[in-house]
Amino acid sequence: MKNTLLHITLIFSLSWAYAQPSRLVVQPNGKIATIKQAIALADAGDTILVKPGTYREGNILVDKSLVLVGENKPIIDAEFKHEVITVRARHVSISGFKIINSSVASMHDPAGIGAEEADFLTIKKNEFNGTFFGIHISNSHHVTVADNTLKALLRSDHETGNGIHLWQCSNAVIKNNFIHGHRDGIYFEFVTNSVIDGNVSEGNLRYGLHFMFSNDDDYTNNIFKDNGAGVAVMYTKNVKMINNRFEKNWGPSAYGLLLKDIRDSFVENNLFDQNTIGIYMEGTSRTSFKSNIFSKNGWAIKLQASCDDNIFSENNFQSNTFDMVTNGTMVLNTISHNYWDKYQGYDLNRDGTGDIPFRPVNLYAMIVERIPTAVLLWRSFLVFLLDRAERIMPAVTPENLKDNFPRMKPYDIYI
Amino acid sequence: MPRIIKYVFYDILRTRFILLYTMFLLLSTIAMFQLDTDSSKVILSLMNVVLMVVPLVSVVFTTIHFYNSYEFIELMLAQPVNRPVIFLGEYFAVALSLCFAFTAGVGIPMLMYGSGIHGFTLLYSGLMLTLVFVSLAFLSSVLTRDKAKAIGVALLFWFYFSLIYDGLLMWIIYSFSDYPLEKITLALVSLNPVDLARILMLLQLDISALMGYTGAFYKDFFGSSLGVIFSTSVLAIWIVLPVAIALQIFKRKDL
Amino acid sequence: MIYISDLSKQFGKLHALAHVNLEFSSGKSYALIGPNGSGKTTLIKSVLGMVVPTSGKIEVDGANIHNSWLYREKIGYMPQIGHYPENMRIGQLFDMVRNIRKNPPILDEELMEAFALTTIQDKRMHTLSGGTRQKVSAALAFLFNPPILILDEPTAGLDPVSVEILKDKILQEKDKGKLLIITSHIMSDLDDLATEVVYLHEGNVRYNNSIAELKDITGETRLGKAIVQMIRSLEKGIPEVINLK
Repeated sequence: MKNTLLHITLIFSLSWAYAQPSRLVVQPNGKIATIKQAIALADAGDTILVKPGTYREGNILVDKSLVLVGENKPIIDAEFKHEVITVRARHVSISGFKIINSSVASMHDPAGIGAEEADFLTIKKNEFNGTFFGIHISNSHHVTVADNTLKALLRSDHETGNGIHLWQCSNAVIKNNFIHGHRDGIYFEFVTNSVIDGNVSEGNLRYGLHFMFSNDDDYTNNIFKDNGAGVAVMYTKNVKMINNRFEKNWGPSAYGLLLKDIRDSFVENNLFDQNTIGIYMEGTSRTSFKSNIFSKNGWAIKLQASCDDNIFSENNFQSNTFDMVTNGTMVLNTISHNYWDKYQGYDLNRDGTGDIPFRPVNLYAMIVERIPTAVLLWRSFLVFLLDRAERIMPAVTPENLKDNFPRMKPYDIYI
Repeated sequence: MPRIIKYVFYDILRTRFILLYTMFLLLSTIAMFQLDTDSSKVILSLMNVVLMVVPLVSVVFTTIHFYNSYEFIELMLAQPVNRPVIFLGEYFAVALSLCFAFTAGVGIPMLMYGSGIHGFTLLYSGLMLTLVFVSLAFLSSVLTRDKAKAIGVALLFWFYFSLIYDGLLMWIIYSFSDYPLEKITLALVSLNPVDLARILMLLQLDISALMGYTGAFYKDFFGSSLGVIFSTSVLAIWIVLPVAIALQIFKRKDL
Repeated sequence: MIYISDLSKQFGKLHALAHVNLEFSSGKSYALIGPNGSGKTTLIKSVLGMVVPTSGKIEVDGANIHNSWLYREKIGYMPQIGHYPENMRIGQLFDMVRNIRKNPPILDEELMEAFALTTIQDKRMHTLSGGTRQKVSAALAFLFNPPILILDEPTAGLDPVSVEILKDKILQEKDKGKLLIITSHIMSDLDDLATEVVYLHEGNVRYNNSIAELKDITGETRLGKAIVQMIRSLEKGIPEVINLK
């Protein structure tokens, strides 16, 4: 009996010693009162548990492979004077903190968490508030940024940094974050083989997602809403843009999605709703636009003449002011089997496809392209007559921009 | 005055035109809702009805009615009845019956099928345009004794506000396309009741496109209480002014 | 009584009435005569307020009628051609006219009965013959027992029996001391009904005196002949006949 008890005690204490060999606890009035102290004491691979409280320690530098865990969201406050946490080591994990009040400087981009050459970095379940950049990661691979909330103070464009900013990274996973009030919600430059999934980026001053020179990435299931200029994807190939929602990006140069010099990509199953321009594209080629919903946009698609070999098929166009507009007369793209709510043709053989082609570019859209003020006369009797005349004798709209197989009923698309 | 309104009202009901108009609106609205599952497409079709058909019917019906009531007016004038009472009695009776027809014909299906805020704006615009064109028709009716000429003038009002005005506006926009014209065009658009009603609808149906040109200017303006007061006042002026002028002419008119 | 001073009415270039001065007093019956287009109907309509005069003044019982309407309670008007809402039934028409008055007096439905209008009260106005319309007009004019009656061609289009009924009614009202103004081209009717004669020509009052005196001066016994005489004298300009008050 005694023997057994001893045994249990022994096992218990041994397991304690092995499982938590160096777990440091930081507590405002405890033995270790600051995070900096804990980092100094810790060895690589250790865990630092931070108890609730407010920690004002200036800039915290993490230069070892450590796991920082906050209990009940302890607050780390840089009092607008420093970057809050700087990571300069591999295999660092930071989770469960409330990280607030970084300094504001346009020269060296201070962030809530700034990381450089920090492969295998994990940033999870933190709350960022009043930071200039939220998370700024460069030259790091295999990083994970998930379940964070980032809110910037609403300031003018040049006083606000990006929410999640990645530069020269690969194999990153950006998942389920909420980003609000930054310059760009998510910023990718030279980031490859990465995934952006399930994020909500809204109310940012410029782009919800700003994406450049970042090949072979997927972004899926995100919501980009109410951003100053929508989403921009540029100078990239092999991007999969699937299941995203682009909503309410309103303004003179606001796009649901701006595509510039994109090749071999996929834009599928997305919702473009209530944007001034659903998709604006130039220099885009060999890209598939399939099964998207375009609804209530000012212009569903602005297709510049520099685009070729793209395929638009099986999309639903509903309640857009103008479905399509282009600046050229040559059309080198394929448009077919889409549903257009403005289609007024018939289907005599009842195969679900209209018997006469649909021309998505209407005359007045072309006029408005040249004289924006003219939009005020839209839906007037005059415009109605002009449009009818143009439909009977097309003179201005490109002759071969048409859908030869317009669908009679909308597709069932679930996003 | 209520007695006069009552008799004119009876008279209008007896011609069955109002009934036909109500049925026409009711059946076409229901048909639109039945044929199209997309309620915003229905609103679009209804918008054309509101901007084109409603003013046309209002202006023509009112003018014809006025000439058909000459006997009644003559009879009343030999009685101890004040001229403005006769005139305004006629006005309110016609306006009420047309408004009733429109509300019943378009409003009931909307309630049945549900169309929300767009439907409300549409109803509001339709009623305002009905009143405006009834006023204009009364004005054209007192301007001449000749029924055909008065219908001609009334149609001209309709044609002017529906087409010619927009043509001129287009020409101005085209000629001055290099200048920032937001506020001037706003003012010019407001001078035409049909355009004003159309803009109120555009703000709901095409706000995304409108934002591209005007930024938030139009939305903020018309969305604010100031904008609501502004658009309602402009329409109210279009209702009151023609009928006030017509009343002054009628007071001095020989019958 | 009705007092008209310096009344003029212009329709475009046409002077329908030019500086008309007239006085109609209660208890008298005036025959308003003149060739077609002489301004008779314009004068009547001016009194009723249906035509707005270019200048001058009309007083009914001492009050200027300009911009007022209540005075029309005192006037019963029978138009030359009765225009009525075509879709109304006779009964509805009478109900409406009754209804429109704010303070209806004791009704005089004698003519309605005499013309048997109550038996056809479900007929619509557009189905009525010209004569029946005249009956409706007459019945309406007398309905409210007004102190002033203005009758524009009252007997035109009526059958002989109805003419007699109407003439009896007019005389009966005259005897009650009402003011009557009657226009007609049927001189024998006027001979029976009127005591005074007002002759209008091109908008001017050319003669205004009692019928008795006119007959006296012209030496004729029938009004028709007397008037023809008068007109001839006017054309010749014989002074003793132009005896304007």
